[in-house]
Amino acid sequence: MKLAIRLNKKVNRSWQVDALLFLALAGFGSFMAIPLIYVINNAFKPLDELFIFPPTLFVRNATLENFANLFQVMKNSWVPFSRYIFNTVFITAAGTAGHILLASAAAYPLAKHKFRGSKVLFTVVVLSLMFSPHVTAIPNYMIMSALGWMDSYQAVIVPAFAYPLGLYLMKQFMEQIPDALLEAAKIDGASEYRIFWQVVMPLVKPAWLTLLILMMQMLWGTDGGSFIYSEQLKTLHYAMGQIIQGGIARAGVGAAVAVIMMTVPIVTFILSQSNVIQTMASSGMKD
Amino acid sequence: MRNYWALFGKDIRRDKHLYVLLAPYMMLFLLFTVLPVVISIIFSFTHFNMLEMPRWIGWENYSKLLWNDDVFLIGVKNTLIFSVVTGPVSYIACFLFAWLINELNPKLRAFMTLIFFAPSISGNVFFIWQIIFSSDSYGIINGLLMQLGVIYEPIQWLQDPKYMLGIIMLVQLWLSLGTSFLAFIAGLQTVDKTLYEAGAVDGVKNRWQELWFITLPSMRPQLMFGAVIQITASLAVADVAMALAGFPSVQYGAHTIVTHLVDYGTIRFEMGYASAIATVLFVMMLGSNLIVQKLLKRVGE
Repeated sequence: MKLAIRLNKKVNRSWQVDALLFLALAGFGSFMAIPLIYVINNAFKPLDELFIFPPTLFVRNATLENFANLFQVMKNSWVPFSRYIFNTVFITAAGTAGHILLASAAAYPLAKHKFRGSKVLFTVVVLSLMFSPHVTAIPNYMIMSALGWMDSYQAVIVPAFAYPLGLYLMKQFMEQIPDALLEAAKIDGASEYRIFWQVVMPLVKPAWLTLLILMMQMLWGTDGGSFIYSEQLKTLHYAMGQIIQGGIARAGVGAAVAVIMMTVPIVTFILSQSNVIQTMASSGMKD
Repeated sequence: MRNYWALFGKDIRRDKHLYVLLAPYMMLFLLFTVLPVVISIIFSFTHFNMLEMPRWIGWENYSKLLWNDDVFLIGVKNTLIFSVVTGPVSYIACFLFAWLINELNPKLRAFMTLIFFAPSISGNVFFIWQIIFSSDSYGIINGLLMQLGVIYEPIQWLQDPKYMLGIIMLVQLWLSLGTSFLAFIAGLQTVDKTLYEAGAVDGVKNRWQELWFITLPSMRPQLMFGAVIQITASLAVADVAMALAGFPSVQYGAHTIVTHLVDYGTIRFEMGYASAIATVLFVMMLGSNLIVQKLLKRVGE
Protein backbone atom coordinates (compact mmCIF):
# COMPACT_ATOMS: atom_id res chain seq x y z
CA MET A 1 0.00 0.00 0.00
CA LYS A 2 2.75 2.34 0.98
CA LEU A 3 4.70 1.46 -2.14
CA ALA A 4 1.72 2.20 -4.38
CA ILE A 5 1.38 5.66 -2.91
CA ARG A 6 5.03 6.38 -3.47
CA LEU A 7 4.87 5.33 -7.11
CA ASN A 8 1.93 7.58 -7.80
CA LYS A 9 3.59 10.52 -6.13
CA LYS A 10 3.43 13.56 -8.34
CA VAL A 11 6.20 16.05 -8.72
CA ASN A 12 5.55 19.42 -7.09
CA ARG A 13 3.64 21.88 -9.19
CA SER A 14 2.79 25.26 -7.71
CA TRP A 15 -0.49 26.69 -8.95
CA GLN A 16 1.02 30.18 -9.30
CA VAL A 17 3.46 28.98 -11.94
CA ASP A 18 0.65 26.99 -13.55
CA ALA A 19 -1.46 30.11 -13.80
CA LEU A 20 1.41 32.18 -15.17
CA LEU A 21 2.33 29.63 -17.80
CA PHE A 22 -1.20 29.21 -19.03
CA LEU A 23 -1.72 32.95 -19.11
CA ALA A 24 1.33 33.17 -21.37
CA LEU A 25 -0.05 30.36 -23.49
CA ALA A 26 -3.34 32.16 -23.89
CA GLY A 27 -1.63 35.44 -24.71
CA PHE A 28 0.58 34.01 -27.42
CA GLY A 29 -2.32 31.91 -28.63
CA SER A 30 -4.35 35.00 -29.40
CA PHE A 31 -1.37 36.59 -31.16
CA MET A 32 -1.28 33.51 -33.39
CA ALA A 33 -5.02 33.40 -33.94
CA ILE A 34 -5.97 37.04 -34.56
CA PRO A 35 -4.60 37.37 -38.12
CA LEU A 36 -6.38 34.18 -39.11
CA ILE A 37 -9.62 35.30 -37.50
CA TYR A 38 -9.23 38.58 -39.35
CA VAL A 39 -8.74 36.95 -42.76
CA ILE A 40 -11.69 34.62 -42.23
CA ASN A 41 -13.89 37.56 -41.27
CA ASN A 42 -12.67 39.59 -44.23
CA ALA A 43 -13.80 36.83 -46.56
CA PHE A 44 -17.37 37.32 -45.36
CA LYS A 45 -17.37 41.13 -45.29
CA PRO A 46 -19.45 43.06 -47.84
CA LEU A 47 -17.57 45.69 -49.83
CA ASP A 48 -18.56 48.68 -47.72
CA GLU A 49 -17.43 46.96 -44.55
CA LEU A 50 -13.96 46.22 -45.94
CA PHE A 51 -13.25 49.93 -46.24
CA ILE A 52 -14.68 51.53 -43.13
CA PHE A 53 -12.68 53.55 -40.68
CA PRO A 54 -11.73 52.50 -38.07
CA PRO A 55 -11.21 48.99 -39.47
CA THR A 56 -13.02 46.17 -37.69
CA LEU A 57 -11.87 42.70 -36.82
CA PHE A 58 -15.24 40.98 -36.90
CA VAL A 59 -17.78 40.98 -39.68
CA ARG A 60 -21.17 42.62 -38.98
CA ASN A 61 -23.37 41.70 -41.93
CA ALA A 62 -21.85 38.47 -43.17
CA THR A 63 -22.29 37.80 -46.88
CA LEU A 64 -21.18 35.13 -49.34
CA GLU A 65 -20.71 37.78 -52.04
CA ASN A 66 -16.92 37.36 -52.13
CA PHE A 67 -17.18 33.63 -52.71
CA ALA A 68 -19.82 34.18 -55.38
CA ASN A 69 -17.53 36.68 -57.11
CA LEU A 70 -14.69 34.23 -56.95
CA PHE A 71 -16.66 31.51 -58.70
CA GLN A 72 -17.89 34.06 -61.23
CA VAL A 73 -14.27 34.82 -62.12
CA MET A 74 -13.40 31.14 -62.15
CA LYS A 75 -16.13 30.37 -64.62
CA ASN A 76 -14.38 32.42 -67.28
CA SER A 77 -11.01 30.71 -66.89
CA TRP A 78 -9.58 28.60 -69.71
CA VAL A 79 -9.74 25.32 -67.89
CA PRO A 80 -12.66 24.13 -65.78
CA PHE A 81 -12.05 24.90 -62.12
CA SER A 82 -12.46 21.24 -61.23
CA ARG A 83 -9.35 20.47 -63.25
CA TYR A 84 -7.19 22.67 -60.99
CA ILE A 85 -8.66 20.93 -57.98
CA PHE A 86 -7.98 17.51 -59.47
CA ASN A 87 -4.36 18.45 -60.31
CA THR A 88 -3.61 19.64 -56.80
CA VAL A 89 -5.33 16.72 -55.10
CA PHE A 90 -3.55 14.22 -57.34
CA ILE A 91 -0.10 15.77 -56.87
CA THR A 92 -0.60 16.05 -53.12
CA ALA A 93 -1.89 12.51 -52.62
CA ALA A 94 0.68 10.79 -54.84
CA GLY A 95 3.61 12.83 -53.57
CA THR A 96 2.74 12.39 -49.89
CA ALA A 97 2.08 8.65 -50.12
CA GLY A 98 5.28 7.97 -52.07
CA HIS A 99 7.36 10.09 -49.75
CA ILE A 100 6.15 8.44 -46.57
CA LEU A 101 6.75 4.97 -47.99
CA LEU A 102 10.20 5.56 -49.48
CA ALA A 103 11.51 7.76 -46.67
CA SER A 104 10.44 5.29 -43.96
CA ALA A 105 11.89 2.35 -45.85
CA ALA A 106 15.21 4.17 -46.13
CA ALA A 107 15.14 5.45 -42.56
CA TYR A 108 14.77 2.01 -40.96
CA PRO A 109 18.17 0.57 -41.99
CA LEU A 110 19.88 3.89 -41.19
CA ALA A 111 18.32 4.07 -37.73
CA LYS A 112 18.65 0.50 -36.58
CA HIS A 113 21.57 -1.07 -38.41
CA LYS A 114 25.24 -0.41 -38.93
CA PHE A 115 26.42 -1.28 -42.42
CA ARG A 116 28.86 -0.09 -45.02
CA GLY A 117 28.04 3.41 -46.15
CA SER A 118 25.26 4.09 -43.63
CA LYS A 119 27.08 6.96 -41.89
CA VAL A 120 28.03 8.65 -45.16
CA LEU A 121 24.53 8.41 -46.59
CA PHE A 122 22.94 9.95 -43.53
CA THR A 123 25.52 12.74 -43.35
CA VAL A 124 24.78 13.64 -46.95
CA VAL A 125 21.05 13.79 -46.21
CA VAL A 126 21.63 16.13 -43.25
CA LEU A 127 23.92 18.37 -45.29
CA SER A 128 21.41 18.61 -48.11
CA LEU A 129 18.85 19.99 -45.66
CA MET A 130 21.03 23.07 -45.44
CA PHE A 131 21.16 23.94 -49.09
CA SER A 132 18.87 26.72 -50.20
CA PRO A 133 16.22 25.46 -52.62
CA HIS A 134 16.43 28.76 -54.48
CA VAL A 135 19.67 27.84 -56.17
CA THR A 136 19.08 24.18 -56.87
CA ALA A 137 16.09 25.32 -58.91
CA ILE A 138 18.24 25.90 -62.01
CA PRO A 139 20.17 22.59 -61.98
CA ASN A 140 16.87 20.86 -61.23
CA TYR A 141 15.36 22.46 -64.30
CA MET A 142 18.23 21.12 -66.41
CA ILE A 143 17.85 17.62 -64.98
CA MET A 144 14.10 17.62 -65.63
CA SER A 145 14.53 18.64 -69.22
CA ALA A 146 17.25 16.01 -69.70
CA LEU A 147 14.79 13.41 -68.38
CA GLY A 148 12.08 14.75 -70.68
CA TRP A 149 9.84 15.34 -67.68
CA MET A 150 9.08 18.98 -68.34
CA ASP A 151 5.43 19.81 -68.18
CA SER A 152 4.28 16.65 -66.45
CA TYR A 153 2.88 15.66 -63.09
CA GLN A 154 5.90 13.52 -62.25
CA ALA A 155 8.21 16.54 -62.39
CA VAL A 156 6.59 17.69 -59.15
CA ILE A 157 5.63 14.33 -57.65
CA VAL A 158 8.79 12.22 -58.00
CA PRO A 159 11.30 14.67 -56.47
CA ALA A 160 8.89 15.00 -53.52
CA PHE A 161 9.41 11.27 -52.82
CA ALA A 162 13.00 11.99 -51.85
CA TYR A 163 12.90 15.23 -49.84
CA PRO A 164 15.56 14.98 -47.14
CA LEU A 165 13.19 16.19 -44.39
CA GLY A 166 11.19 12.98 -44.13
CA LEU A 167 14.14 10.65 -43.93
CA TYR A 168 15.74 12.73 -41.20
CA LEU A 169 12.58 12.92 -39.09
CA MET A 170 11.83 9.22 -39.52
CA LYS A 171 15.34 8.15 -38.63
CA GLN A 172 15.31 10.23 -35.46
CA PHE A 173 12.07 8.59 -34.36
CA MET A 174 13.04 5.05 -35.29
CA GLU A 175 16.21 5.32 -33.21
CA GLN A 176 14.03 5.37 -30.10
CA ILE A 177 12.61 1.92 -30.74
CA PRO A 178 14.32 -0.51 -28.38
CA ASP A 179 16.63 -3.00 -30.10
CA ALA A 180 15.26 -5.79 -27.92
CA LEU A 181 11.93 -5.51 -29.72
CA LEU A 182 13.55 -5.97 -33.12
CA GLU A 183 15.72 -8.84 -31.90
CA ALA A 184 12.66 -10.60 -30.56
CA ALA A 185 11.02 -10.31 -33.96
CA LYS A 186 14.16 -11.65 -35.60
CA ILE A 187 14.29 -14.65 -33.31
CA ASP A 188 10.69 -15.34 -34.22
CA GLY A 189 11.89 -15.61 -37.81
CA ALA A 190 10.73 -12.31 -39.31
CA SER A 191 12.64 -10.97 -42.31
CA GLU A 192 14.00 -7.40 -42.37
CA TYR A 193 11.10 -6.36 -44.60
CA ARG A 194 8.59 -7.84 -42.23
CA ILE A 195 10.22 -6.21 -39.20
CA PHE A 196 10.11 -2.88 -40.97
CA TRP A 197 6.50 -3.19 -42.07
CA GLN A 198 4.91 -4.98 -39.12
CA VAL A 199 6.99 -3.91 -36.14
CA VAL A 200 8.63 -0.58 -36.89
CA MET A 201 5.97 1.20 -38.93
CA PRO A 202 3.13 0.77 -36.42
CA LEU A 203 5.42 2.00 -33.65
CA VAL A 204 6.33 5.24 -35.40
CA LYS A 205 2.79 6.22 -36.24
CA PRO A 206 3.19 9.74 -34.77
CA ALA A 207 6.23 10.23 -36.99
CA TRP A 208 4.54 9.36 -40.23
CA LEU A 209 1.43 11.27 -39.34
CA THR A 210 3.67 14.27 -38.72
CA LEU A 211 5.24 13.63 -42.10
CA LEU A 212 1.83 13.28 -43.70
CA ILE A 213 0.82 16.69 -42.39
CA LEU A 214 4.06 18.38 -43.44
CA MET A 215 4.22 16.88 -46.92
CA MET A 216 0.59 17.42 -47.67
CA GLN A 217 0.84 21.05 -46.63
CA MET A 218 3.97 21.52 -48.76
CA LEU A 219 2.48 19.93 -51.86
CA TRP A 220 -0.94 21.49 -51.46
CA GLY A 221 0.76 24.89 -51.65
CA THR A 222 2.91 24.09 -54.68
CA ASP A 223 2.45 26.18 -57.78
CA GLY A 224 4.20 23.62 -59.98
CA GLY A 225 7.49 25.50 -59.80
CA SER A 226 9.15 26.13 -63.10
CA PHE A 227 8.22 22.72 -64.44
CA ILE A 228 4.57 22.98 -65.40
CA TYR A 229 3.35 25.23 -68.21
CA SER A 230 0.16 23.71 -69.58
CA GLU A 231 -2.93 25.29 -68.17
CA GLN A 232 -4.54 21.83 -67.83
CA LEU A 233 -1.80 20.71 -65.46
CA LYS A 234 -1.60 23.83 -63.29
CA THR A 235 -2.39 23.68 -59.60
CA LEU A 236 -5.02 25.35 -57.51
CA HIS A 237 -2.42 27.50 -55.79
CA TYR A 238 -1.33 28.88 -59.16
CA ALA A 239 -4.90 29.56 -60.27
CA MET A 240 -5.68 31.32 -57.02
CA GLY A 241 -2.54 33.43 -57.30
CA GLN A 242 -3.62 34.55 -60.76
CA ILE A 243 -6.98 35.63 -59.40
CA ILE A 244 -5.47 37.71 -56.61
CA GLN A 245 -2.96 39.36 -58.95
CA GLY A 246 -5.33 39.61 -61.90
CA GLY A 247 -6.64 43.00 -60.83
CA ILE A 248 -10.16 41.63 -61.05
CA ALA A 249 -10.02 40.71 -57.43
CA ARG A 250 -10.51 42.97 -54.46
CA ALA A 251 -9.48 42.53 -50.87
CA GLY A 252 -12.60 40.48 -50.18
CA VAL A 253 -12.08 38.00 -52.99
CA GLY A 254 -8.44 37.67 -51.97
CA ALA A 255 -9.53 36.76 -48.46
CA ALA A 256 -12.03 34.26 -49.86
CA VAL A 257 -9.22 32.63 -51.85
CA ALA A 258 -7.04 32.47 -48.75
CA VAL A 259 -9.81 30.86 -46.72
CA ILE A 260 -10.37 28.19 -49.35
CA MET A 261 -6.64 27.46 -49.65
CA MET A 262 -6.11 27.12 -45.91
CA THR A 263 -9.17 24.99 -45.22
CA VAL A 264 -7.82 21.75 -46.65
CA PRO A 265 -4.46 21.62 -44.81
CA ILE A 266 -6.16 22.60 -41.57
CA VAL A 267 -8.88 19.97 -41.89
CA THR A 268 -6.29 17.28 -42.71
CA PHE A 269 -4.32 18.39 -39.68
CA ILE A 270 -7.34 18.15 -37.40
CA LEU A 271 -8.13 14.65 -38.64
CA SER A 272 -4.60 13.28 -38.24
CA GLN A 273 -4.04 15.15 -34.98
CA SER A 274 -6.75 13.22 -33.17
CA ASN A 275 -5.06 10.08 -34.42
CA VAL A 276 -1.65 11.08 -33.11
CA ILE A 277 -3.08 11.69 -29.68
CA GLN A 278 -4.76 8.29 -29.48
CA THR A 279 -1.60 6.32 -30.11
CA MET A 280 1.62 6.17 -28.21
CA ALA A 281 0.25 6.66 -24.71
CA SER A 282 1.86 3.39 -23.65
CA SER A 283 3.64 1.97 -26.64
CA GLY A 284 6.73 0.71 -24.84
CA MET A 285 9.03 2.63 -27.12
CA LYS A 286 11.76 3.01 -24.54
CA ASP A 287 14.18 0.45 -23.22
CA MET B 1 44.05 -6.61 -49.45
CA ARG B 2 42.17 -9.53 -50.97
CA ASN B 3 40.97 -10.33 -47.55
CA TYR B 4 39.49 -6.85 -47.27
CA TRP B 5 37.51 -7.21 -50.48
CA ALA B 6 36.29 -10.65 -49.47
CA LEU B 7 35.07 -9.16 -46.22
CA PHE B 8 33.53 -6.23 -48.07
CA GLY B 9 31.59 -8.57 -50.37
CA LYS B 10 30.44 -10.63 -47.43
CA ASP B 11 29.18 -7.54 -45.61
CA ILE B 12 27.28 -6.37 -48.66
CA ARG B 13 25.66 -9.79 -49.13
CA ARG B 14 24.71 -10.01 -45.48
CA ASP B 15 23.10 -6.56 -45.55
CA LYS B 16 21.48 -6.83 -48.95
CA HIS B 17 17.96 -6.46 -47.51
CA LEU B 18 18.97 -3.13 -46.01
CA TYR B 19 20.29 -1.87 -49.33
CA VAL B 20 17.06 -2.94 -51.02
CA LEU B 21 15.07 -0.86 -48.52
CA LEU B 22 17.36 2.12 -49.06
CA ALA B 23 17.70 1.98 -52.82
CA PRO B 24 14.52 3.64 -54.13
CA TYR B 25 14.84 6.66 -51.87
CA MET B 26 18.57 7.05 -52.34
CA MET B 27 18.41 6.90 -56.13
CA LEU B 28 15.83 9.67 -56.30
CA PHE B 29 17.63 11.61 -53.60
CA LEU B 30 20.92 11.50 -55.51
CA LEU B 31 19.24 12.56 -58.72
CA PHE B 32 17.06 15.38 -57.44
CA THR B 33 18.96 16.71 -54.43
CA VAL B 34 22.63 15.75 -54.40
CA LEU B 35 23.25 16.19 -58.11
CA PRO B 36 21.73 19.72 -58.22
CA VAL B 37 23.75 20.75 -55.17
CA VAL B 38 26.97 19.46 -56.75
CA ILE B 39 26.15 21.16 -60.05
CA SER B 40 25.52 24.46 -58.31
CA ILE B 41 28.76 24.29 -56.32
CA ILE B 42 30.60 23.70 -59.59
CA PHE B 43 28.73 26.63 -61.19
CA SER B 44 29.92 28.88 -58.39
CA PHE B 45 33.41 28.76 -59.92
CA THR B 46 32.20 29.72 -63.37
CA HIS B 47 30.78 32.61 -65.29
CA PHE B 48 27.40 31.32 -66.46
CA ASN B 49 24.52 33.37 -67.85
CA MET B 50 22.27 30.56 -69.13
CA LEU B 51 22.97 31.51 -72.76
CA GLU B 52 26.66 30.79 -73.26
CA MET B 53 28.51 27.75 -71.99
CA PRO B 54 29.81 28.13 -68.41
CA ARG B 55 33.36 29.55 -68.34
CA TRP B 56 35.75 28.58 -65.50
CA ILE B 57 36.87 31.62 -63.50
CA GLY B 58 38.05 30.08 -60.23
CA TRP B 59 37.48 32.08 -57.05
CA GLU B 60 36.54 35.28 -58.86
CA ASN B 61 32.83 35.11 -57.89
CA TYR B 62 33.74 34.71 -54.25
CA SER B 63 36.26 37.53 -54.17
CA LYS B 64 33.79 39.86 -55.88
CA LEU B 65 31.10 38.79 -53.45
CA LEU B 66 33.08 39.26 -50.28
CA TRP B 67 35.06 42.39 -51.13
CA ASN B 68 33.27 44.30 -53.89
CA ASP B 69 29.58 43.86 -53.22
CA ASP B 70 28.26 46.28 -50.61
CA VAL B 71 24.67 45.19 -51.11
CA PHE B 72 25.63 41.62 -50.28
CA LEU B 73 27.12 42.81 -47.00
CA ILE B 74 23.84 44.56 -46.17
CA GLY B 75 22.14 41.25 -46.90
CA VAL B 76 24.55 39.38 -44.63
CA LYS B 77 24.01 41.91 -41.84
CA ASN B 78 20.21 41.67 -42.07
CA THR B 79 20.31 37.88 -42.30
CA LEU B 80 22.45 37.67 -39.17
CA ILE B 81 20.13 40.01 -37.28
CA PHE B 82 17.18 37.89 -38.37
CA SER B 83 18.70 34.59 -37.46
CA VAL B 84 20.16 35.66 -34.13
CA VAL B 85 16.76 36.99 -33.05
CA THR B 86 14.19 34.74 -34.70
CA GLY B 87 16.21 31.50 -34.72
CA PRO B 88 16.67 30.95 -30.97
CA VAL B 89 13.38 32.65 -30.05
CA SER B 90 11.31 30.47 -32.33
CA TYR B 91 13.24 27.32 -31.40
CA ILE B 92 12.64 27.91 -27.71
CA ALA B 93 9.05 28.97 -28.38
CA CYS B 94 8.43 25.79 -30.39
CA PHE B 95 9.60 23.67 -27.49
CA LEU B 96 8.02 25.71 -24.74
CA PHE B 97 4.59 25.79 -26.33
CA ALA B 98 4.77 22.11 -27.27
CA TRP B 99 5.68 21.29 -23.69
CA LEU B 100 2.96 23.45 -22.13
CA ILE B 101 0.34 22.16 -24.54
CA ASN B 102 1.32 18.60 -23.79
CA GLU B 103 0.21 19.03 -20.17
CA LEU B 104 -3.32 20.03 -21.10
CA ASN B 105 -6.19 17.60 -21.32
CA PRO B 106 -6.55 15.97 -24.77
CA LYS B 107 -9.38 18.16 -26.10
CA LEU B 108 -7.76 21.44 -25.11
CA ARG B 109 -4.42 20.11 -26.32
CA ALA B 110 -5.77 19.42 -29.79
CA PHE B 111 -7.30 22.88 -29.92
CA MET B 112 -4.16 24.73 -28.78
CA THR B 113 -1.96 22.73 -31.16
CA LEU B 114 -4.21 23.84 -33.96
CA ILE B 115 -4.04 27.50 -32.92
CA PHE B 116 -0.24 27.51 -32.81
CA PHE B 117 0.27 25.41 -35.89
CA ALA B 118 -2.39 26.96 -38.13
CA PRO B 119 -0.38 30.01 -39.31
CA SER B 120 2.47 27.94 -40.70
CA ILE B 121 0.18 25.39 -42.31
CA SER B 122 -2.09 27.92 -44.02
CA GLY B 123 0.36 28.54 -46.83
CA ASN B 124 0.61 32.11 -48.06
CA VAL B 125 -1.94 33.58 -45.69
CA PHE B 126 0.81 35.81 -44.29
CA PHE B 127 -0.20 38.37 -46.90
CA ILE B 128 -2.80 39.35 -44.31
CA TRP B 129 -0.02 41.10 -42.38
CA GLN B 130 0.34 43.42 -45.32
CA ILE B 131 -3.21 44.60 -44.67
CA ILE B 132 -2.64 44.75 -40.93
CA PHE B 133 0.45 46.95 -41.39
CA SER B 134 -0.91 48.78 -44.41
CA SER B 135 0.38 52.35 -44.81
CA ASP B 136 -3.01 54.08 -44.92
CA SER B 137 -5.55 54.51 -42.19
CA TYR B 138 -7.39 51.34 -43.29
CA GLY B 139 -4.51 49.29 -41.91
CA ILE B 140 -5.53 47.73 -38.60
CA ILE B 141 -2.52 48.99 -36.67
CA ASN B 142 -2.66 52.52 -38.08
CA GLY B 143 -6.42 52.66 -37.58
CA LEU B 144 -6.11 51.49 -34.00
CA LEU B 145 -3.29 53.88 -33.09
CA MET B 146 -5.06 56.83 -34.71
CA GLN B 147 -8.29 56.05 -32.91
CA LEU B 148 -6.45 55.91 -29.61
CA GLY B 149 -4.83 59.21 -30.47
CA VAL B 150 -1.26 57.87 -30.28
CA ILE B 151 -0.51 59.03 -33.82
CA TYR B 152 -2.25 61.49 -36.12
CA GLU B 153 -0.77 60.48 -39.46
CA PRO B 154 -0.62 56.89 -40.68
CA ILE B 155 2.88 55.39 -40.41
CA GLN B 156 4.44 53.80 -43.50
CA TRP B 157 5.27 50.61 -41.66
CA LEU B 158 6.56 48.56 -44.55
CA GLN B 159 8.32 51.36 -46.44
CA ASP B 160 10.30 52.78 -43.54
CA PRO B 161 13.58 50.90 -42.98
CA LYS B 162 13.21 51.78 -39.30
CA TYR B 163 10.24 49.41 -38.84
CA MET B 164 10.63 46.97 -41.71
CA LEU B 165 13.04 44.53 -40.12
CA GLY B 166 11.09 44.35 -36.87
CA ILE B 167 7.79 43.66 -38.62
CA ILE B 168 9.32 40.95 -40.79
CA MET B 169 10.74 39.32 -37.68
CA LEU B 170 7.34 39.42 -36.04
CA VAL B 171 5.69 37.77 -39.03
CA GLN B 172 8.53 35.26 -39.32
CA LEU B 173 7.99 34.30 -35.68
CA TRP B 174 4.27 34.02 -36.28
CA LEU B 175 4.95 31.59 -39.11
CA SER B 176 7.76 29.69 -37.47
CA LEU B 177 5.86 27.29 -35.21
CA GLY B 178 5.82 24.74 -37.97
CA THR B 179 7.85 21.64 -38.66
CA SER B 180 9.84 21.57 -35.43
CA PHE B 181 6.82 22.41 -33.32
CA LEU B 182 5.02 19.40 -34.72
CA ALA B 183 8.07 17.19 -34.30
CA PHE B 184 8.34 18.29 -30.65
CA ILE B 185 4.67 17.52 -30.00
CA ALA B 186 5.07 14.07 -31.51
CA GLY B 187 8.33 13.64 -29.58
CA LEU B 188 6.76 14.57 -26.24
CA GLN B 189 4.16 11.90 -26.76
CA THR B 190 6.77 9.22 -27.18
CA VAL B 191 8.48 10.02 -23.88
CA ASP B 192 7.93 7.05 -21.61
CA LYS B 193 5.52 8.01 -18.80
CA THR B 194 7.10 5.62 -16.32
CA LEU B 195 10.30 7.67 -16.47
CA TYR B 196 8.50 10.48 -14.65
CA GLU B 197 7.35 8.15 -11.89
CA ALA B 198 10.85 6.77 -11.57
CA GLY B 199 12.15 10.33 -11.47
CA ALA B 200 9.76 11.28 -8.68
CA VAL B 201 11.00 8.33 -6.65
CA ASP B 202 14.60 9.27 -7.37
CA GLY B 203 14.08 12.77 -6.00
CA VAL B 204 13.09 15.03 -8.89
CA LYS B 205 11.53 17.92 -7.01
CA ASN B 206 9.81 20.26 -9.43
CA ARG B 207 8.71 20.60 -13.02
CA TRP B 208 11.93 22.34 -14.06
CA GLN B 209 14.08 19.47 -12.88
CA GLU B 210 11.66 17.10 -14.57
CA LEU B 211 12.09 19.08 -17.78
CA TRP B 212 15.88 19.19 -17.62
CA PHE B 213 16.61 15.67 -16.39
CA ILE B 214 13.84 13.62 -18.02
CA THR B 215 11.94 15.36 -20.80
CA LEU B 216 14.78 17.08 -22.66
CA PRO B 217 17.21 14.14 -22.71
CA SER B 218 14.40 11.82 -23.88
CA MET B 219 13.73 14.14 -26.78
CA ARG B 220 17.27 14.63 -27.98
CA PRO B 221 16.61 13.30 -31.51
CA GLN B 222 13.71 15.69 -32.01
CA LEU B 223 15.68 18.57 -30.53
CA MET B 224 18.44 17.96 -33.07
CA PHE B 225 15.94 17.78 -35.87
CA GLY B 226 14.29 21.00 -34.75
CA ALA B 227 17.63 22.80 -34.53
CA VAL B 228 18.59 21.91 -38.08
CA ILE B 229 15.20 23.02 -39.39
CA GLN B 230 15.16 26.29 -37.44
CA ILE B 231 18.70 27.26 -38.40
CA THR B 232 18.01 26.57 -42.05
CA ALA B 233 14.74 28.50 -41.96
CA SER B 234 16.11 31.50 -40.08
CA LEU B 235 19.14 31.88 -42.34
CA ALA B 236 17.07 31.43 -45.50
CA VAL B 237 14.49 34.11 -44.71
CA ALA B 238 13.34 35.71 -47.96
CA ASP B 239 9.75 34.99 -48.95
CA VAL B 240 8.21 36.97 -46.12
CA ALA B 241 10.64 39.85 -46.64
CA MET B 242 9.91 40.01 -50.36
CA ALA B 243 6.16 39.76 -49.91
CA LEU B 244 5.90 42.40 -47.18
CA ALA B 245 8.63 44.96 -47.85
CA GLY B 246 8.72 44.61 -51.62
CA PHE B 247 11.67 43.57 -53.75
CA PRO B 248 14.05 45.28 -53.68
CA SER B 249 13.03 46.89 -50.39
CA VAL B 250 13.51 50.60 -49.68
CA GLN B 251 17.22 51.28 -49.02
CA TYR B 252 17.68 47.48 -48.96
CA GLY B 253 16.21 47.62 -45.44
CA ALA B 254 14.89 44.05 -45.73
CA HIS B 255 17.55 42.67 -48.07
CA THR B 256 18.85 39.22 -47.07
CA ILE B 257 21.32 36.73 -48.49
CA VAL B 258 18.56 34.80 -50.19
CA THR B 259 16.93 37.89 -51.73
CA HIS B 260 20.38 38.75 -53.08
CA LEU B 261 20.50 35.24 -54.50
CA VAL B 262 17.07 35.60 -56.07
CA ASP B 263 18.15 38.94 -57.56
CA TYR B 264 21.17 37.44 -59.33
CA GLY B 265 19.67 34.03 -60.05
CA THR B 266 16.24 34.83 -61.43
CA ILE B 267 16.45 38.49 -62.50
CA ARG B 268 20.02 39.05 -63.75
CA PHE B 269 20.60 35.39 -64.71
CA GLU B 270 24.16 35.44 -63.38
CA MET B 271 24.00 31.83 -62.31
CA GLY B 272 27.67 31.51 -61.42
CA TYR B 273 27.46 34.43 -59.04
CA ALA B 274 24.14 33.23 -57.61
CA SER B 275 25.65 29.81 -56.98
CA ALA B 276 28.53 31.41 -55.11
CA ILE B 277 26.02 33.23 -52.89
CA ALA B 278 24.24 29.93 -52.23
CA THR B 279 27.50 28.24 -51.35
CA VAL B 280 28.43 30.97 -48.87
CA LEU B 281 25.00 30.57 -47.27
CA PHE B 282 25.51 26.82 -47.14
CA VAL B 283 28.81 27.23 -45.32
CA MET B 284 27.17 29.58 -42.81
CA MET B 285 24.38 27.07 -42.16
CA LEU B 286 26.87 24.27 -41.74
CA GLY B 287 28.91 26.27 -39.24
CA SER B 288 25.97 27.26 -37.09
CA ASN B 289 24.59 23.73 -37.16
CA LEU B 290 27.85 22.29 -35.91
CA ILE B 291 27.94 24.79 -33.03
CA VAL B 292 24.33 24.16 -32.04
CA GLN B 293 24.70 20.39 -32.18
CA LYS B 294 27.70 20.63 -29.86
CA LEU B 295 25.58 22.65 -27.42
CA LEU B 296 22.65 20.23 -27.62
CA LYS B 297 24.84 17.29 -26.66
CA ARG B 298 25.11 18.86 -23.20
CA VAL B 299 21.36 18.92 -22.53
CA GLY B 300 20.37 17.13 -19.34
CA GLU B 301 23.89 16.62 -18.01
